[in-house]
Amino acid sequence: MGRYFRRKLLIYGLTFIIAVSINFAVPRLMPGDPVARMLTRNSVANLESSEAMRGYFNDLFGLDVPLWKQYLNYWAALFQGDLGVSVFAFPAPVSSVVADALPYTLALLLPSILLSWVVGNALGAMAARNKLLDNGALPIGYVLTAVPYMWLAILLAWVGGILLGWFPVAGGYSFALTPAFTWTFIADLFHHWFLPFLSLFVVALGGWAIGMRNLVIYELESDYSNYLQALGAPNRLVRRYAFRNAVLPQITGLALQLGVVVGGALVTEVVFAYPGLGSLLLNAINNQDFFLLQGILLFIVIGVLVFNFLADVVYVLVDPRTRLGLEGGQS
Amino acid sequence: MSAEVVLQTEPVGRRNEHLYFALRNPKVVIGLVVVLALLLLGLIGPFFLSDSPNEYVGPKSEAPSGEYWFGTTYFGQDVFTQFVHGLRSSYLVGALGGGIAFVIGLTIGFTAGYRGGMVDEVLNMITNVVLVLPALAVLIVISSYLEVRGVVSQAVIIGVFSWPWVARAVRAQTFTLRNRDYVDLARLTGKRSPQIIMREIMPNMASYLLMSMILLFGGAILFAAMLDFIGLGPSNAVSLGTMMQQSMAWSSLHLGMWWWFIPPGLAITLIVGALYITNVGLDEVFNPKLREM
Repeated sequence: MGRYFRRKLLIYGLTFIIAVSINFAVPRLMPGDPVARMLTRNSVANLESSEAMRGYFNDLFGLDVPLWKQYLNYWAALFQGDLGVSVFAFPAPVSSVVADALPYTLALLLPSILLSWVVGNALGAMAARNKLLDNGALPIGYVLTAVPYMWLAILLAWVGGILLGWFPVAGGYSFALTPAFTWTFIADLFHHWFLPFLSLFVVALGGWAIGMRNLVIYELESDYSNYLQALGAPNRLVRRYAFRNAVLPQITGLALQLGVVVGGALVTEVVFAYPGLGSLLLNAINNQDFFLLQGILLFIVIGVLVFNFLADVVYVLVDPRTRLGLEGGQS
Repeated sequence: MSAEVVLQTEPVGRRNEHLYFALRNPKVVIGLVVVLALLLLGLIGPFFLSDSPNEYVGPKSEAPSGEYWFGTTYFGQDVFTQFVHGLRSSYLVGALGGGIAFVIGLTIGFTAGYRGGMVDEVLNMITNVVLVLPALAVLIVISSYLEVRGVVSQAVIIGVFSWPWVARAVRAQTFTLRNRDYVDLARLTGKRSPQIIMREIMPNMASYLLMSMILLFGGAILFAAMLDFIGLGPSNAVSLGTMMQQSMAWSSLHLGMWWWFIPPGLAITLIVGALYITNVGLDEVFNPKLREM
């Protein structure tokens, strides 16, 4: 078990270092001068902030310092929680801008990922070796995995928001309300949250169902299932054992799929103008706000790594073979 | 002499058998027909339509009619012309991005699996790192720094970040194959490693490679559409993703211009969905156990 975790932590540590290095290297290696682009864009709008930023950039990009020292400075600033100053929300620091948006994204992501995983797995397990359900569920599942996230979001917004008028299609809460801990506000939040959530939930559902169906079929063909059946065990029991074995790869799959789902959440938020990281990202791109952009990337990477680690812990808890140091957990 | 003849005819016979079952598998046939029909539309369509899909040709916000098949945009651009050009760039991104990812994944997977040892440790570590890295976020950061974005550069960066799962699977399969007797025999005859990999190991997983190529192709199209939608699409061309982005930016939802945002997303869904269904069909073709009796 120790080896398993050490290996995983090494991979996550390396990934983090590489992500930070990409953040560091991309602005310096790309053709063109992003700082100049950033400044010219904003110098007209706000003279004072532009001056402050020029000083800041000179400080940070400090071209008189050799590259390796810039790199070390970058890390030092990072560990002090200093991700730079947002241009688009000047003079707010990037970390606080991102922290404001983070709860919205998490509120969308966590329930939709977990619910679609649970429901998808249940559906897939039911569909396996069930002609009637299989013929219906499988094509729908494939269509769902092929749907681009934003298109389903657009369709849901169009049908549920415009045609039926049941849900609002933009924002995290009504502009008429001020954020407060009251029932009207919470109900309003929920009302705005529902469509983006539904869209993320539905897109991911198909993939899990298909994966689970294939895994359960595979398990039902294995020796222990045949043996159980030969002993005359009830079908329910055999299926339960097959399900428990099939869940293991799905846990690994959940961790691997995370990067894609986060990307899907970003574009879904853009469709609904939901005030999470996705909308922030769009603002950052439109305003050429590179510090904010990199801050968001860093938060996403950290989030994905933490979630991956949690999935590993769950895997160890669920699969005794990894605990005992036997074959099992794929690294 | 006779042994040589047998060796030559064997693979041909097997390939014909696969083709035979492929053409009789409804999933493969339907999937391929959809993919190829849209590909043809994207390839041939632009020759009959305007060369500049962003030209203002007609009345503004017109619903679909005989003249404008998919209606016009808020500015009076022909949606069908844009759609056809968008198909073209989607296929280009899919082929190029998927192709690059395929080559990288194969190279790393084969090298790691065949060499083993330290090389494998290092390559496997790299694979796992790229696997955990949230690809879309990295793609967004990189492409937002590019001042001029084209379909090709987009395809390249997509390809560079979407190969790890192929490398992993290829590595695992190579592991199981590299110590087979016929591989040892090939090694004894003094063939060089790349030749052994190409001639002895690769043919054993040809079906798997074909299917992973299909998945990479579809994945690259989806990735490109997401990037385009955030506004990081090609700066001088029309793609299905930028069409959706434009339609949302000019509030086609509130104006009820469904003909603007439905076709591009539907086309992507059709292409990728048809590819997946072809994939399932091919699985049945290559794996006789799965064939329906």
